[in-house]
Amino acid sequence: MTETPHDQDAGLLLDSVTLALNGKSLLTIDSLIKPGEILTIMGESGSGKSSLLDFVAGFLRPDFSASGRIILHGRDLTRLPPQQRQIGLMFQSPLLFPHMSVLQNLLYALPAEVKGGKHRQELAEAALRDVGLDGFGGRDPATLSGGQQTRVALMRTLLADPKALLLDEPFSSLDKMRRSDIRQLVFKIARQRELPVLLVTHDMEDAAAADGPVFTLDR
Amino acid sequence: MKLPGVSAAVLTVLLAGPVATGLAATVLPAFGYLPVLGSSSFTAAPFTDLLQEPGFAASLFLSFSTGLGATLVSLALVIWFTASWYRTRTFQRVTRFLSPILSVPHAAAAIGISFLIAPSGFLVRLVSPWATGWDRPPDVLILNDPMGLAMTGGLIAKEVPFLFLMMLAALNRPYLGDYMKAGESLGYGKTAAFLHLILPQLYPLLRLPILAVLAYATSVVDVALLLGPTTPAPLAPRLVVWMNDPDLTKRLMASAGALVQIALTGLAILTYLLIELVVRKRHKAFLESGRRNRSDRFVRVSGLTLMSGLITVTTASLLLLVIWSMAKSWWFPAALPQRWDLGLIGSALSMNQAALGYTISLGLAAAFISTVLTLWHLEASSRDPKTRLLSFLVFLPLVLPQIGFLFGLKMLFLAIGWDGTAFAVLLAHLVFVLPYAILALTDPYTRLDPRYEKAAIALGKSRLSVFLNIKAPLLLKPILTTFAVALAVSVGQYLPTLMIGAGRVVTITTESVALASGGNRQITALFALLQLLVPLAGFLVAMTLPRLLFRKRIAMSGAR
Repeated sequence: MTETPHDQDAGLLLDSVTLALNGKSLLTIDSLIKPGEILTIMGESGSGKSSLLDFVAGFLRPDFSASGRIILHGRDLTRLPPQQRQIGLMFQSPLLFPHMSVLQNLLYALPAEVKGGKHRQELAEAALRDVGLDGFGGRDPATLSGGQQTRVALMRTLLADPKALLLDEPFSSLDKMRRSDIRQLVFKIARQRELPVLLVTHDMEDAAAADGPVFTLDR
Repeated sequence: MKLPGVSAAVLTVLLAGPVATGLAATVLPAFGYLPVLGSSSFTAAPFTDLLQEPGFAASLFLSFSTGLGATLVSLALVIWFTASWYRTRTFQRVTRFLSPILSVPHAAAAIGISFLIAPSGFLVRLVSPWATGWDRPPDVLILNDPMGLAMTGGLIAKEVPFLFLMMLAALNRPYLGDYMKAGESLGYGKTAAFLHLILPQLYPLLRLPILAVLAYATSVVDVALLLGPTTPAPLAPRLVVWMNDPDLTKRLMASAGALVQIALTGLAILTYLLIELVVRKRHKAFLESGRRNRSDRFVRVSGLTLMSGLITVTTASLLLLVIWSMAKSWWFPAALPQRWDLGLIGSALSMNQAALGYTISLGLAAAFISTVLTLWHLEASSRDPKTRLLSFLVFLPLVLPQIGFLFGLKMLFLAIGWDGTAFAVLLAHLVFVLPYAILALTDPYTRLDPRYEKAAIALGKSRLSVFLNIKAPLLLKPILTTFAVALAVSVGQYLPTLMIGAGRVVTITTESVALASGGNRQITALFALLQLLVPLAGFLVAMTLPRLLFRKRIAMSGAR
């Protein structure tokens, strides 16, 4: 953690963001997510919630138009390419790179500034230990259960040292038993690291567990 | 600098440049204008000369009938078989047999077929002399028959695998199985359900490949030389003869003939579209009649019989190439060689190292350039969709008869001193290799889950890192397959190599066609075999390398 996010600007600010598709307005949102806070966006499919995540992460499709600004800890990201935004993304499915081992997935995420092959490997292995997957480094991602894959995906996202997290229904592919465990784990780590989190979901339980502000989108 | 524009521009120059300049340099001499040869006045004489050539009308008719006939029969067979066996095990088995045949160059297949059906060929040998009483080859025109039946057959043997693979690619879309179920639960027979519900959805995707087949078949040279009639020959091979005639007025006539060839191919395409219109009308009536055609057993069995027959003939032809290349003496009417000799393979190879060298180096260069350019362009246009290539441009070299612009291109290269250089041949190959590379790679590339790229970019990785570490490995199999397809297309090029190579750049394909008229069957077979071994090696690498690299990655099995 290089910054101290405890001043006025700390957090992820969605500054009068509006999204429109072919001239038709989809959503308007104006909100500050403080470090360690989870803002939940609820809405049916087609309500534009995925497009909001795309806009914040820098992936908005050219047929959408958007206005407003994205400000992270006082830094305006709106015009920055996605690589420079330092925003971590988790998808509906874990999307571990299938041609790499579990450890390679993590090593690929670790910034190049972290030097030394041995040191890098230790960091990746420690990350696996943090989520109870000690010794899984050499495994083929496809041999892991859904919950295990999601845990690796979480650590992959965190190893890239993001300053905020975007979660696109990351628990929806898990069965009910696993879902609450993994959810607790993700939220716990996000709070520990004081990351502002934007969670998109249509599961009421997700919103309740996030224990933060809820923003509901209508179609 | 905007990269997307650059990749599109490079491709446009490589594809349209030779076609446009070649066409222009064909049109001018066709009307008597060829300053290099001392004629600079416009005249219609080349066309009137053409009309006075003996058997000219017969040549036109042959090109038209063999080309259109081969296309219609191939298409009918592919639709017939697919409609009646889609979603069965038999269908998958046939797929396994037909796919490798696609990599066999036309010339090699034609040589194999000639060994099978010639009066001294394997089939006659099998039944001689015990059934026929022949102890010497019968004097009948089976090969080079005046109607062009053998030639049509040779074309069908190659175009069926091509159209079938295009059909397979088109079938690779979601929900088709559900449509079949819906049709069958309404009481329609399997074949009828396919024809009514699936085929109309796929046909738009098949149309351009069909037109490409038609353009190729109406203007083919190598297959016509090997299997086609000679008195007179179809138009395209006669044009090549005139083009190489020392009498310079014949060259002007050849240019005029190239324009006639373009018109003829155009007419064949028009005729096809007319037939398509009629069939559509009939099909509409058939569809609305509500006839269920539940008992389609006869249709299915006959479709399978025809398809297995075609596979058997092609496989037997290719096996004959193997046997002949090892036969020292094989006198009629013995069904198998009397004496075998493997030694000749080595000596024939060492004598023709240049041809093999050119084949491999031209093939690798064309495959490498076209695969890299295609990847570059796909990557660039995925970022800026406005710079997509016109599909018209990609298909132009495929739906235009090769001979229509190769003449002009040759004269242009002559004028600037490039004629007969490997570089010029490479440029000519690229015109035909690039479209296939683009066709082969575009679909898998756009089908890759875009979220892998997003996930990597969100980790802070540069575009280059994402391409090299994520996209390229995930697409390794289609990339290698594209490379192999491109290699196979380059190896199969006969006319571009012959015309632009001018006898100085020769490949195993031009050599094997030349050898076939010489009568030494062993060496001919060997060269035909080499024609198919080079592409085969490419496909083998494309199949095994991803499997080897990702053997521990279960989820990569789709890519293995």
